[in-house]
Amino acid sequence: MKIKKYENKHHNRVIISVLVFTFVIYNYFVYSSGTETLAPKLSIEAIDGQVLWQENNCWTCHQLYGLGGYLGPDLTNITSNPQKGENYIKGFINSGVKSMPKYNFTDEEKNQIIAFLRAVDQTGYFPNYKANLQPNGWVEIDYKSTDSTAQQPNK
Amino acid sequence: MHKAAQFFKNKFSLQFILLSLIALILGSLFGVLAGFQYILPDFLKELLPFTKMRPFHDSSVTSWIILAAIGSIYFVLSNLEGMTIFSPKLTKIHFYLFLVIGIAIYISIGTGYMGGREYLAFIPILILPIIIGWVLFGYNYYKTVLNQVKNWPVYYWMWGTGIVFMIFHLVEAHFWFSPYFRENFVRDLTVQWKSYGSFVGSWNQLVYGLSIYIMAKIKNDNSIGRGKLPFFFYFLGLTNLMFGWAHHTYIIPTQPWIRYVAYGISMTEWIILGYMIYSWKKSLSEEKKENNTLAYKFLMAADFWIFINLILALLISIPIINFFSHGTHITVAHSMGTTIGINTTILLSTLFYIASRIDSSFKDNIKQLLAGFYIFNGALMVFFGALIAAGLKRSEWMYFSKNMPFAEMKINLANNYYIFLIAGIVMFIGILMLTIPLFKVFLKEYKIAVKA
Ligand code: HEC
Repeated sequence: MKIKKYENKHHNRVIISVLVFTFVIYNYFVYSSGTETLAPKLSIEAIDGQVLWQENNCWTCHQLYGLGGYLGPDLTNITSNPQKGENYIKGFINSGVKSMPKYNFTDEEKNQIIAFLRAVDQTGYFPNYKANLQPNGWVEIDYKSTDSTAQQPNK
Repeated sequence: MHKAAQFFKNKFSLQFILLSLIALILGSLFGVLAGFQYILPDFLKELLPFTKMRPFHDSSVTSWIILAAIGSIYFVLSNLEGMTIFSPKLTKIHFYLFLVIGIAIYISIGTGYMGGREYLAFIPILILPIIIGWVLFGYNYYKTVLNQVKNWPVYYWMWGTGIVFMIFHLVEAHFWFSPYFRENFVRDLTVQWKSYGSFVGSWNQLVYGLSIYIMAKIKNDNSIGRGKLPFFFYFLGLTNLMFGWAHHTYIIPTQPWIRYVAYGISMTEWIILGYMIYSWKKSLSEEKKENNTLAYKFLMAADFWIFINLILALLISIPIINFFSHGTHITVAHSMGTTIGINTTILLSTLFYIASRIDSSFKDNIKQLLAGFYIFNGALMVFFGALIAAGLKRSEWMYFSKNMPFAEMKINLANNYYIFLIAGIVMFIGILMLTIPLFKVFLKEYKIAVKA
């Protein structure tokens, strides 16, 4: 009886070790090739914009790629939206319309936020209207090509 | 052993539990306040800014889950299992560290001096002491259990791995400190949500471990938690924790293989669903022993919620369904359904069980508690339904009537928001009816423990 129990314990250790080992390799690929994109790196200005995005909790209401709060609209592709774009955003973010708080960003800060949103826009589409929905349940998403960067409307 | 002396050993586990109950009450209150924002946006935006209510709510309720789980595990080890905690001093440090961090988080949010991200909104530097706290807990846990238990039942494995993965994923959630991640938005966002999916998986290990433990105690059956089957499900859960997180990120333009893996792995959870149905069918034919304790009732309720949420999780892990449900309230239904329906329900079961063990005069079948139980679960059902309905409407707007302005879509959702808010308020009342009596018992015992 005792020997059998010991064996069980041993099995568990082997399974855990195999899982953890696979996990390490898997993480390596997720962190490297799995998340490689054609979009350019975020500029310093864009990263400053992201800092403002975090410090002002824009994410409590807005989403990027559908991730975030739902009080406001998704902003993934707002900079390339032909009806909106950068001037519209500049006008909007200090206005305090509806539930959106009234901010007092300087011109420089507004540019940083826009640089961040533009960088996000360059990485892809949300919603991904041109995705290929397949009958077997799989979805092939549409990737954004970088040469035509932010100017491609997502319709 | 003298009763008071016995509890003296657990002073810190009681402190964790008391703190967790405060966090639950505050967290639910902030949730209700945040909910008002959806129907009275202009009126409340200055008074109760959503940018603060939401982080207050997130931080408080996650603290509830974590603190209640930690407190219960310490309690199980030192009292119910009669082990000697490796270092009571470390437990003490762990408690005060988390208490101070909690206060710091509230100050950070209250003053609006944050800078973190969703769910971890507070000043990012606070993650360091949080991780240190987890490391202390892990060290204390392994040192205690490794020496005193041979041939671990499954819940010891679950707690042990839950702690380790919690540490890893809290670190991973802050990889954005490094430019390697930050400069690549796709990588950054993917890893952020990978870590979120997995640290929820990690606390699930702590919480599910407690549910198995409590079930074994209530049924007085030590084979629960041992043998091939519980371990099979444990490893299945662990595999999903590691590799099944990606349904939050299907739509992010990562390489397709990440999605293939996640899709494949998450579909293994059908086995859990199938097994649940199978064991219910089997239990119908078995002779049933009546068990009227509230702890048992909550475990049964958790079973129900696991069933519902598993179906939802499985569905939204199918890419074509995820395509339409992502970015809608269906995701919120998923997260609220699991954290409230499963985690909170199991933790309340655990706390009622502990309460009945430490205070023999504690009656858990009185009217107020029973009413609380039904109000809580009933309100959650309506809450959950309102979110699913809102999600369907939002999805319809996103994909089929996309020319409608955002503001108009929101007006269309107003009814759902009313129902959602009212259900939230009722649920809060239910939570108060349950937690206040619990708080009193734990406070009473705590006072005895301090005097001893
Ligand atoms: C309390 C919630 C909230 C916060 C916080 C918030 N917003 Fe908004 N925002 C909204 C709402 C609601 C709207 C939509 C208003 C409308 O059209 O009805 C909006 C609209 C916008 C728009 C215009 C979108 C469009 O498609 O017309 C932009 C741009 C924007 N917000 C940027 C930001 C930025 C940048 C931040 C952070 C500095 C921020 N918001 C923080 C609620 C919020």
